[in-house]
Amino acid sequence: MSVPDASGHFGAYGGRFVPEALVAALDELAAAHEAARTDPVFRAELERLLTTYAGRPTPLTDARRLSEHTGGARILLKREDLAHTGSHKINNVLGQALLTKAMGKKRVIAETGAGQHGVATATACALFGFECTVYMGEEDTRRQALNVARMRLLGAEVVSVSSGTQTLKDATNEAMRDWVTNVDTTHYVIGSVVGPHPFPMMVRNFQRVIGVEARQQCLDLVGRLPDALVACVGGGSNAIGLFSPFLDDSGVALVGAEAGGDGVETGRHAAPLTAGEPGVLHGSRSYLMQDEDGQTLTTTSISAGLDYPGVGPEHSYLRDSGRASYTGITDADAMAALQVLARTEGILCAIESAHAFARAFSWIAEQDADPQDLVVIVNTSGRGDKDVDTAARWFGLVSAEEVARSELVRAREGEQP
Amino acid sequence: MSALDDLFARCRGEDRAALIAYLPAGFPSYQVAVQAMTAMVEAGVDAVEVGMPYSDPLMEGPVISAAHQASLDAGTRQADVLRTVEAVAATGVPTLVMGYWNPVHRYGFARWAADLKKAGGVGAITPDLIPEEAPQWLEACREHDLDPVFLVAPSSSDERIAVVGRANRGFVYAAAVMGVTGARTEVGKGARTLVERVRAQTPLPVAVGLGVSNGAQAAEVAGFADAVVVGSALVRALADDGVDGVRRLSAELAQGVRTPDRS
Ligand SMILES: Cc1ncc(COP(=O)(O)O)c(C=O)c1O
Repeated sequence: MSVPDASGHFGAYGGRFVPEALVAALDELAAAHEAARTDPVFRAELERLLTTYAGRPTPLTDARRLSEHTGGARILLKREDLAHTGSHKINNVLGQALLTKAMGKKRVIAETGAGQHGVATATACALFGFECTVYMGEEDTRRQALNVARMRLLGAEVVSVSSGTQTLKDATNEAMRDWVTNVDTTHYVIGSVVGPHPFPMMVRNFQRVIGVEARQQCLDLVGRLPDALVACVGGGSNAIGLFSPFLDDSGVALVGAEAGGDGVETGRHAAPLTAGEPGVLHGSRSYLMQDEDGQTLTTTSISAGLDYPGVGPEHSYLRDSGRASYTGITDADAMAALQVLARTEGILCAIESAHAFARAFSWIAEQDADPQDLVVIVNTSGRGDKDVDTAARWFGLVSAEEVARSELVRAREGEQP
Repeated sequence: MSALDDLFARCRGEDRAALIAYLPAGFPSYQVAVQAMTAMVEAGVDAVEVGMPYSDPLMEGPVISAAHQASLDAGTRQADVLRTVEAVAATGVPTLVMGYWNPVHRYGFARWAADLKKAGGVGAITPDLIPEEAPQWLEACREHDLDPVFLVAPSSSDERIAVVGRANRGFVYAAAVMGVTGARTEVGKGARTLVERVRAQTPLPVAVGLGVSNGAQAAEVAGFADAVVVGSALVRALADDGVDGVRRLSAELAQGVRTPDRS
């Protein structure tokens, strides 16, 4: 059975929990997406952009030295970090930019956490000549300052959101408020497989290219399908993009890594599939971190891109059916994995992706099979340039004096309009 | 039969619109919110919408969002919302809850409908729920004889307005400006067009909310709608001038809906 159904439900999840004012725009978007799926011109144009602009296909890297670290398991890295703008987010954004053009809209808005989706959106807007506004939580503008600068260089307006938790959730609230006000002229490019129908389905379809490529690359390289696919899960777009073409391959384990923050047992985390309850946030029903009254809980994660209380509805569906499994990975384990990958393979990945590596290591260790018999694909969803500052502090690579000086510079930057 | 039918019949008899006033429960405190709502009723408000504070109120502008957060920070819980309904319903005016879906979903909507009814509530306005997602909620409303009130917007097609008209009881809520809540300086003619479009699809009374903030605007909207809904302006009055401010503004608005401007 294929999900979602015609009204966007993945079993008990998904749907459209939105103000009536947005329904017409969602219908328009669903129709545009449906038409595009079978339109050879649209498909050729997207294909052209993915190849000649985004740099697809991304390689599948055989990580030999990392393999030694795991007792000999064969670890293949799907290199979304090598896509233009440095993460998988560009796959979705190029698709939605083409739809924006097809719908005749000229203004685009987006939310962003780590800034990767914001950068990808700003990039596509520059390429297509759209006006672009990106909403970003104030805390995230601080911890991902490099990406704020990138977006501004690309001509986007970055709005720092100081309400609520000052992270991805509140950036999304502000983007939604902008959208209900300006929906006539504006397309909201949601950055993950979250939000009201058709977003979870549409974003999945645009990210599916990751899994389609990886499946063939793995067959070519190893001669068989992998034993597991491992990906980090914020909203869940890089994970579902990788998982999607393998859903019917029952021998392939689908393994998701959520942000465990200080540890799921402490309550300070961002792992709704591991420790949340079904609820409604930002337009769809899915697992959610919420209190007894249904108020959204504050999240904790070192990774801005995973620091979100909700998750895409298809992941909730896969969780309940048991087809995929999800585990919280602590900040400490993710950062340790980031360093291992850097030192064994010379790849500095995004902190989001580092959660997937940490989970790959623990998954391999949990198997009864000899690690040497295992083949695991890890989605390297993004590169780590944006995180160098956070990592340098974490590992104490900069002196207290240097930290103080850079805080001062940031404070001054913050004062400027 | 909706509990609101009497109200709308009476207003028609008096050749005026009804005034529906909104304040969030627990803002700035449980006690003061109840006093302010009571003052609204004494000043001539016909029905009260008790706002259920929520951490992520997507349809609210800065004034109401801040009030929701302040209410939550003051420790407001679901039980306090229902207690507020009970206190306001005791004044004798129809009392509804305006609530985002997740808190209701979390409470369990069948149990919530039962408890709302027990508290004396007559219905619930659900700004982020559309009829297509609500069959079980509609069932719970039928079982407990509550009015489900969904919204229509200027972007709604005629087909969708008809869907909402069939699902609603009591009245149809027309959020007549695209965007979040907040006081506006002009009524604009889009609201009138939307009301006409709603009337073509359903016999239910039409309530208009679009940021009305004074008596003159209330009179203008009363000229073409069955009810005028006021929210942000009352929240601001409460924040700035306390219960007396709410009483004064309510009296002015009540005067406005009694002198419909049909020019
Ligand atoms: C590199 C990278 N990976 C993963 C994510 C998480 O998003 P998703 O779960 O939708 O892939 C982000 C989000 O910002 C990201 O930048």
